[in-house]
This record gives sequence, C-alpha cells and structure tokens, in this order.
Amino acid sequence: MQVPAPFEYERATSVDQAIGLLERLGSSARLVAGGHSLLPMMKLRLANFEYLIDINPLHSELGYIRLGDDEVRIGAMTRHRELLESEILADVFPIFRDAEKVIADPIVRNRGTLGGSLCQADPSEDLSAVCTTLDASCVIRGTAGERVVTMEEFHVGPYETAVQDNEILTEIRIPRKNFRAGSAYAKVERRAGDWAVVSAGAAVWLDDGRIVDARVGLAAVGPNTTGIPEISAALRGNEPSEDLFQLAGAIAARSCDPSTDTRGSADYKRHLADELTRRTLRTAVERARS
Amino acid sequence: MTTVHEPSQAKITEFEDNDQKPVGFGRMLRKEDARLLRGRGRFVDDVQLPGMLHLAILRSPFAHATIVSIDTSAAEASPGVKAVVTGETLKGLGLAWMPTLSNDVQAVLATDKVRFQGQEVAFVVAEDRYKARDALELIDVEYDVLDPVVDVRKALEPDAPIIRTDLEGKTNNHVFDWETGDEAETDAVFARADVIVKEDIVYPRVHPAPMETCGSVADFDPVEGKLKLWSTTQAPHAHRTLYAIVAGLPEHKIQVIAPDIGGGFGNKVPIYPGYVLSIVGSIVTGKPVKWMEDRSENLISTGFARDYIMRAEIAATAEGKILGIRTNVLADHGAFNGTAAPVKYPAGFFGVFTGSYDLEAAHCKMTAVYTNKAPGGVAYACSFRITEAVYLVERIVDALAYELAMDPAELRLKNFIQPEQFPYATKTGWVYDSGDYEPTMRLAMEMAGYDELRKEQAEKRARGELMGIGISFFTEAVGAGPRKDMDILGLGMADGCELRIHPTGKAVVRLSVKTQGQGHETTFAQIIAEELGIPPDDIDVVHGDTDNTPFGLGTYGSRSTPVSGAAAALVARKVRDKAKLIASAMLEVSVADIDWVKGSFQVKGDPGKAVTIQEIAFKAHGAGDLPEGIEGGLEAQICYNPSNLTYPHGAYICVVDIDPGTAEVKVRRFIAVDDCGTRINPMIIEGQVHGGLTDGVGMALMEMISFDEDGNCLGASLMDYLIPTALEVPDWETGFTVTPSPHHPIGAKGIGESATVGSPPAIVNAVVDALKPFGIRHADMPLTPSRVWDAMRGQATPPI
Amino acid sequence: MQVTMTVNGTEYTREIEGRMLLVHFLRDVLSLTGTHWGCDTSNCGVCVVWLDGEPVKSCTVLAAMAGGHEVRTVEGLANGAELDPIQEGFRQCHGLQCGFCTPGMLMTCRALLDKNPDPTEGEIREAISGQICRCTGYSSIIRSVRWAAVHESDAKEAEVAQA
Repeated sequence: MQVPAPFEYERATSVDQAIGLLERLGSSARLVAGGHSLLPMMKLRLANFEYLIDINPLHSELGYIRLGDDEVRIGAMTRHRELLESEILADVFPIFRDAEKVIADPIVRNRGTLGGSLCQADPSEDLSAVCTTLDASCVIRGTAGERVVTMEEFHVGPYETAVQDNEILTEIRIPRKNFRAGSAYAKVERRAGDWAVVSAGAAVWLDDGRIVDARVGLAAVGPNTTGIPEISAALRGNEPSEDLFQLAGAIAARSCDPSTDTRGSADYKRHLADELTRRTLRTAVERARS
Repeated sequence: MTTVHEPSQAKITEFEDNDQKPVGFGRMLRKEDARLLRGRGRFVDDVQLPGMLHLAILRSPFAHATIVSIDTSAAEASPGVKAVVTGETLKGLGLAWMPTLSNDVQAVLATDKVRFQGQEVAFVVAEDRYKARDALELIDVEYDVLDPVVDVRKALEPDAPIIRTDLEGKTNNHVFDWETGDEAETDAVFARADVIVKEDIVYPRVHPAPMETCGSVADFDPVEGKLKLWSTTQAPHAHRTLYAIVAGLPEHKIQVIAPDIGGGFGNKVPIYPGYVLSIVGSIVTGKPVKWMEDRSENLISTGFARDYIMRAEIAATAEGKILGIRTNVLADHGAFNGTAAPVKYPAGFFGVFTGSYDLEAAHCKMTAVYTNKAPGGVAYACSFRITEAVYLVERIVDALAYELAMDPAELRLKNFIQPEQFPYATKTGWVYDSGDYEPTMRLAMEMAGYDELRKEQAEKRARGELMGIGISFFTEAVGAGPRKDMDILGLGMADGCELRIHPTGKAVVRLSVKTQGQGHETTFAQIIAEELGIPPDDIDVVHGDTDNTPFGLGTYGSRSTPVSGAAAALVARKVRDKAKLIASAMLEVSVADIDWVKGSFQVKGDPGKAVTIQEIAFKAHGAGDLPEGIEGGLEAQICYNPSNLTYPHGAYICVVDIDPGTAEVKVRRFIAVDDCGTRINPMIIEGQVHGGLTDGVGMALMEMISFDEDGNCLGASLMDYLIPTALEVPDWETGFTVTPSPHHPIGAKGIGESATVGSPPAIVNAVVDALKPFGIRHADMPLTPSRVWDAMRGQATPPI
Repeated sequence: MQVTMTVNGTEYTREIEGRMLLVHFLRDVLSLTGTHWGCDTSNCGVCVVWLDGEPVKSCTVLAAMAGGHEVRTVEGLANGAELDPIQEGFRQCHGLQCGFCTPGMLMTCRALLDKNPDPTEGEIREAISGQICRCTGYSSIIRSVRWAAVHESDAKEAEVAQA
C-alpha cells in the first residue's frame, strides 16, 4: 500500500504550544487532526510536509459543543461522531445530524473533526456547506491572539483557507436567532460514503408564520461551498409556500457553477441544486413550525 | 429430472443455529473459518522471511509514450536501496517480454514505449516498503508523449496511432475477428420475422478488485537452484509451468504456493509483470523479495473485465416466438491481449448468447482491437464472457417484450428450451447438458409475488411514482473443460486429485484447484465424506502448493466443482473399489456378496457383519497378507477430463424504486432462484450467490473503469471506483431447484459465478421498466443518478 | 522516534519512523498480521482496529498517534480457545468467505454490540457501511451480528437467572 514520504512527527500538548510549533516551523509544518483527508493525500504523495503536528491530544481542549443564548460554540476538534450524536445540536440545528449521517462512514466519523473538515476546504465538503448555511463564523488563533472570520472569508478558494501557516482554527460559532428556527440537509451521492454529487443545506427562521430569514448553502457546485444571498433576499418577509421554494430552487440552479465529472453532468447537478434546495427548505420550514 | 424445492431463504431475523456435521452433503460450518476468524490466516503479505526485501514498481504516468531515457542513479543512491532495474536490464536477460495467456506478448518492463497508464517501467528493491516507495520518486524517466488510442470505435481508423509497434509488420490495432453461428440462416430468419428489435448495448469496463490486491514473495535459493514463490494465484500449477517457460527455470525447481487468498474473481488468474519482477528481484539480490501492489496499481494495471460494445438484434413473430438473434461486437482488449480464456475461444464462451431460448438461428461477428488501456478482459466472475452474453440476450429479450407490449416473464416462458429437448444443441455449437427452466422461473415469480408486484407498480405509476420489476433468466456454461476443445497455452483443462487414507481412517485429499474464499476445504471434504463415509472433519484438504498437489488448471470460471469436484468423487470411488476387495477378504465373502452402505461394507442380508472404512484402512496398512494382487496402502489418484461443461441456470427478479426528483435508484428486493444441480453445501452455495448478486448491483449501478481523452484512468482508487456497501444492497431472497448434470459423477454444476452473470440484466431491466413512463427501452450501465436522469429526459448516452 | 502503546493488553515500546502507519506497526513490527489493508484512501475498512475502544481505520492513523493509547486487534478478540460471540456468529452464519475483510468487520461489529446490544438490520448495515466485503453480499454478516446479539442476550439472562 502507499506510504507517505518521510516527515517529523510532533505532538501538540496545548493550543498555545501548537501555535508555538507552527511559529517555529512555518510552512514546512502541517497540523493533522483526524487525518482522513490529509494522510491519504500524503500517501499518494500529492502532499508532502517536513513536519506533521498531531493535534489529537487537543481534543480535551477543543472538543466541545456549548449552547449559549446567542450562539452555539463548537470546538474545532469535535469529532463527526460527536456532532452526529449531540442531542443539543440535533435540537437546535438538526441540519448537523442530517449532514453527519451522510458524511463519509461511521469509522471515519470516529476520527474526523469539524475543524479538519473545514480546513480541507474541499468544494464538495458537507460541513462547510452546513456552516455556510448557518452563517457560522470561524475563530482562528495565532501568536497575536484570536480573530473571527465569516465562512465567506474563511474559504479563500478550493482547498485554501484564511488560516495562516502559524495559526490554528479553534472554534466555530453559530448565531442563534430569537425566532422559530428550522434547518435541514440533503445530499445525493452515487454510493454511501462518496463525496456529494450535490448537497444542499437550508435554514429558516419564522416569526408569526413569515420567514424573517432564510439561508441556503450548496456543496459540489462550484469552487467553494456557497451561500446564495439572492435566495435569502427572495424568501425574507414571505410566507413559506411551494411557489416560494420553487423560486428558491430556480435561483439556486442558476446561481451555481457546477462542472461535469464522473459524479454527474453539469446539467444534472444544476437540477439537483434546484431539487435539493426545494427539499431542504420544505423540511426546514416543517421543522421550524413543529 | 428436476426436483423443485421451496425457497431456502433464511431471513436476517431468523438464522440457522447449529453445528451439523453431515457425513457428506448438507449444511456444514466451514473448516477454514477457525484460522480466518482469529486473524491467523496466512495471506501473501503475511509472509515474513529472514532478510526479506521489498519491491516497488515505477509505472507510466502516460497512456502512450516513447521512453527516451531513464536515469536511476539518484534512486540507487537512496538509503536502503539494494537494486534498481529497468527494461534495458531485463532485455539483457531475455526477460523484457513474456507470453500472455492468449498467445500474445506483454512487456514485463517497458523498453521501447509505454502503452497504457500504469504500465511497468522500472522497479526498486529496498530494505522496507517505505524506502522502496521513496526511491521510486528519484527515478527520472524522460518520455516523448504519443497520441493515445482511447476511443475503441476509432482504433481501426486508418490514421489511428499504431500501439503494437513491437509486433513485426503490424500496421493497425486489430487483434482478431471471430464469428459463430450461421449468418445466411440467421439473415433468412430475420427476413421473415414480424418484429425485429435492435439495440446498441455497452458492457463497460469493470474491475474485480478483490479486497486483497495482487502480490508475491519470491525466494530463490542459488545453491539449490530452487525458487519458492508465494503468490496471489488462482492457478498455481499453470503459473508454475509458465514461469518455467518465461524465466527459463526448470519446472521441478519452482514451487508456487498460493496461501490464503483474499478474493480472486478472476483477477488472480493472469501472470502479472510484478510476479516476474519479484523473481528477478530475488535472483538479482540473493534475498527473498516481496511485492504487494497498492490499490491504485491493482485498479489501473491488472486484469479488467468486459469492455464490449454490442449491437444486438432479435427477430420474433408477432405472437412473441423468438426466431433468432444476431450481434456484432467490438471488443476492447487493451494494449496487450491478455485474455485468460481457452485458446480456441478468443471471445471466451460468449457464443452462448442465445441464452435459455429455443431459437431457429443465431449469428455473431466480433472484432477485437488494441487500445492504450490495461490488458485483461476475462475476469470478475464472468465465466469466460458469459456475463456479456447473458446481459446481451436478457436485455434484448426485454426490449422485445417492450415492443410487443408483452409481459417479460410471459415472453420468456413462451420461448424456453423444453426439458425434453436436453441435451440441447444450440445454434452456436454448445450442448446444454440438462435443464428444466419453467419450474425455476415459476418459483422465482411465486417468491417475488410477481402478480402483486405488477399491481403495486400500476398503482404507483398512476401516482407518478417510479417502480420497476426486472427479470433475467440465464443459462451458464461452466467447468472448462474437455481437453479435446479446451486448453490454455497448450495445457489441457483437466484437474488431478489424490486421496490417501491413513491407517486410522483419517484422510488427506490433494487438489489442483485453489480456494479464494469459496470454501474448498469444506466442500471437498464433504465430497470425499459422501463417497467414503469418513467424517469431513477427518479429512484434510491440501491445495495451493505445487510441490504437494497434483497438476491441474486451477480455480476460475466456476470450474472447481464441475472439474475438480468430479475428480474428488471419482478418486474416492477408486479408493472404495480397492477397499471393497480388502473388505471381501476381511469378511470372507466374495465381492458380489457385499454392499456399500455409506462408511462400511456389509454382507448382503447380514448387516451385523460389516467392516468400516476405517477398519479397512487399518487392514490396508496393517499386518497380515492382503488378497492376491492387492498392494498395501489405501490411496488413489486421478486426472479428470470432463466430457462436457455443466450448464447451471437461474431465474432472478429485481424490484427497484427510483426517486423521480433525484433519479437515485434503490434496489428494494432481489429474488434469486438458482439451479446448480446437486447441492453439496447449501450454506456455501447461498454465500456464493449473495456475493455475486452484490457484484451485479455494483456493475449495474456504480462500478466502471473509465478514461479521459488522454487515456488517464479515472477509476484508480476505491474513492473513484465504487463498490457497493451494505447500504446499497437488500437482504437477498434465495431459492433453488435441482436439475443434476447427467455427466458429472455427483450431478453437480458450478455456482461460483451464476449470480454475477445473472444479476446485472435483472437490475438494468428493472430500472428500464421503472422508466417505461418516459418511453425508455434501453439505458446503459452504470445507472448512476446522473445517467438515470439523462435517460428520464430521453437523453440516455452510452458510457463510452 | 520511540513509541509505546498497549496492544491487546500488552505494552510494546519500539523505535519507529514518524511516518509509519499504525497498520504497518501492527503487521510488520509486531507481526500481528490479522489486521489487513486493502486500499490507500481509507475507503475499504479491512484495516479496522480499536483505538481506545473506538473502531478506526489503521491505514489512516499514524503509529505515533497511537502512542500512549490502547489498541485492540482481531487477535485480541478470542479468550484463549473460546471465540468471542461475534466470531462464533460469523462462523455459524457464514459471515466470511475469503476472510480478508473479516478482522475489520469483526472489530466494528464487536464495537457495535458493545454500544447497542440489540441492533436492527438497518443499524448493522449502517455500522459496517465504511467497510467493503466482496464475497458475502453482507446479508450473512448481518445474520452473524444478530446471532451474536441473541446469544449474548440469552447468556446474560441465564446469568441473571442463576444469580
């Protein structure tokens, strides 16, 4: 089987110590958490680093889901399985459980982390779409302290994030709004565990039966997982209806930029962007109402 | 005669809970499981020898390119590297090319140019697998990239680049033309048909991808001049003979050992360059050398399967009587013709494409070509291309049903070969040994609740829901084969078997075939047990070691039970014949006065007077004289030459649901009724069927090795080459009928590949049936959501 | 670098390269060849072992990462001559053919039963969905897990009744 090129293994003992290591080693070092994206790439020699800094020991520091009145804070080392099994998250943002059920497979989910998924910045990555849908922000820590960026700022390009060589993503913050909230996620895949052909997340907030805010995030239809502000604008202030979902779907289909590959044709993906936008909005509204 | 049995399906919630020990046929737990369950199996990569080195292969990144130069100096200087070898070195040793199983040649390491992406270019031997892999990065190869032949339809165009410039005088990419049946008769039948249906049908390139990849450990002892080779081979004896021919080593100085094998499915039939390189590596370094390919290497360079583009036509009367089938096939054989099929059958057994139907005429014309893709063609439980043949006939029969607006079950029932017609000579020269198709079909329909399903479908269609019911009925041809017709590189396809009964009545049976998971250690013990009455646990089954087993051609094409199983039964009968002579002396009666009652000989009319096989064994080895002319000991050997193939059959019904919004296909139910003649171990048979059905879901819905226009393989990892998980398959519903083979000593037929052969058409027929409201008559595999969506919009395209 | 880990209850300290994968540490360094490997991309799951009680794909965990932790492999399932009920279930229900994916399947299914002693067919399918078996078509694996579940529950009831 394929094996990685030589590197030095360093073990992080705290976030600050990890940042210290990064500061010293610069771009020759890379953090590794679950490793299920990074290590296969290193085995196939598509990526090589002189140093790997194992941050699994930081799980005790960065593995948490905290429910606040204004926001939910999730530590970057929280593993997929913990996100899937969290009753708190399922209650507040059921989109997480929807998505986690279809991310990779149960064994990979024992190991993979929220932070690792976001930092991989794969355009087909599901948790990025979830976080985009929920208007999450990312807490990045470096020697100079912490900074907080939006998901749009976080994803600089495919496989490229705002996290600098000497920084570490520590936390995701998801705002809670004082309205009835509902969210959902749907993914079409060729087979369980495959990357998305297309997936979509939707979140709605209702007040008095009307949509006060709504967001849709799509994966696998462009260079990055994308939120579609035009959909939010079209939905706000309206009562949910099939016509409205149809409109949102049409906007999703024309706003995305998929390409044809072995997972499907661009036309099909555009169709799915429409179909899944409608489906997730419908479910999100049902959940907000219940 | 057919015996019809009720469904044997054990539901997931109800399971057998027993440890039966049948002395003969019946459900019996497997003997091999004890070690495999404890992690004590011994697979090739588990072999550790003192001083063993590791080999890694540098492969071509291009599909077609001239090798300008290779610089190995940096790799040679890399830490822990013991040897770096290129094609030039092999050329000096006369080892740069080797014969394929189809009388072509294949480069062991490329010398002139590379002909497919992933072709072997050089190798490194180093202290460990990490260092070997590191050194590959340091080999500097300069290539001059050539235009590749990727589109098989363009391979014979006059301006197509010539791939096999190594073959003297080769001016095109043509491999062979092949024809079967009678063209004039078939044309005449088509001329008077009421209905002719034509369809272009593609069976895409797929890969067996056993969970264990291919590999070997070569240990050449320069003092003894003996080579020991542990390798992932389904055919250890055939491999040994070929190594003798390729490497020039005397055959008695080569020992091929196939230890536990992690699945084969035909992937481990050919000899790959890697095996030969490990031998070269061991000879060069004087140390044992291990080569284990990684998954990408397995998928891009070893025996692929299928890759047939078929034009199928069927002719019938308006009432649905099928008159004839004709087909024109374009076969992609890759860069070297490495097809592992009997020599006289360049298209394998594709000639059985007339299926289970009584036709008046049939004809096939085939052209095979070279392309810049990996070699192979016959693999993945295909029964030598019967997968393609059955897919063709079962798809075109369904298309006919569509045109005639007839129920596809009814159409099939109307056209079956009738029981009294067996042995049945087909219009393409095959003689089906036995069959009784209607009871098998009726049982499948009854298990499925066929009429109810059609009602449910009608209701769902009215609501706009997409539900499909697909049928396939297949006849297989397995157990190659009679040596007058069948050989591989001149080696007749017979199998040997040796049986020795020890003094205490325990036994050892030595086989020429080799399990890759089929359970030979259990099944063959049961065959001997049935014949001799010795408990299976008292019978040791030895296989997979050329020094310790008789010659034979190995396990593929579902041939173990039809050929080697027959050998085992007959060798046991030989032992029994001798035992009878000894028994008659022990009982002091003439042989005419004793009867065999499983496990002992009894005096006729006096059952109390008897000797057991164990007592006879002790006598055979013991003190005192034996009857005149009888040698001591109780053992025999045999080489079995089958008189015909065996022809198992089956009826499969698949139910699918399609999400109209996303075009995702869900296989809801799958009913498989198989008839493999006499059933030795029903548990093992059911397991064989289940595995094959899962292959069918893979091929029908997701598996495909595809290429981009530059010839880059797009299915080079298990991330890209998708194999079904437990979530894509239903709980299998199985049943059986029994129509014994008249020429097999115990009436058994092969079962290993029936389900892989029979299931893809059932699934595709179900999907196409679900899409009937869209006016769809055909859509090609793999039926991924995107491709199904195309079909729903009337834009179905071939996958290549 | 030096790594120390506990495998099947025994502590091992070995000198390794930082890049060594856990599967190679188990197979090549400790000669525990029951754990297999089948791909490069963590898709096949034949390499599953337990790390601190959780099934993980050992081809995608560095041996160094397991330093200071507990690993359990298929060799650690049976209690001497006595098979673990999950192993017995696979034997009874023909849950294996070539046996190559079996060690990983056994480790995942044992973990499933420890968490969920009475899993449904769907839960079992989900639990093993990161692992490929090319031979069995999965139905017999599911029956094997159910066999183990029923027999473990019977054994527990018998214990309670005795007490």
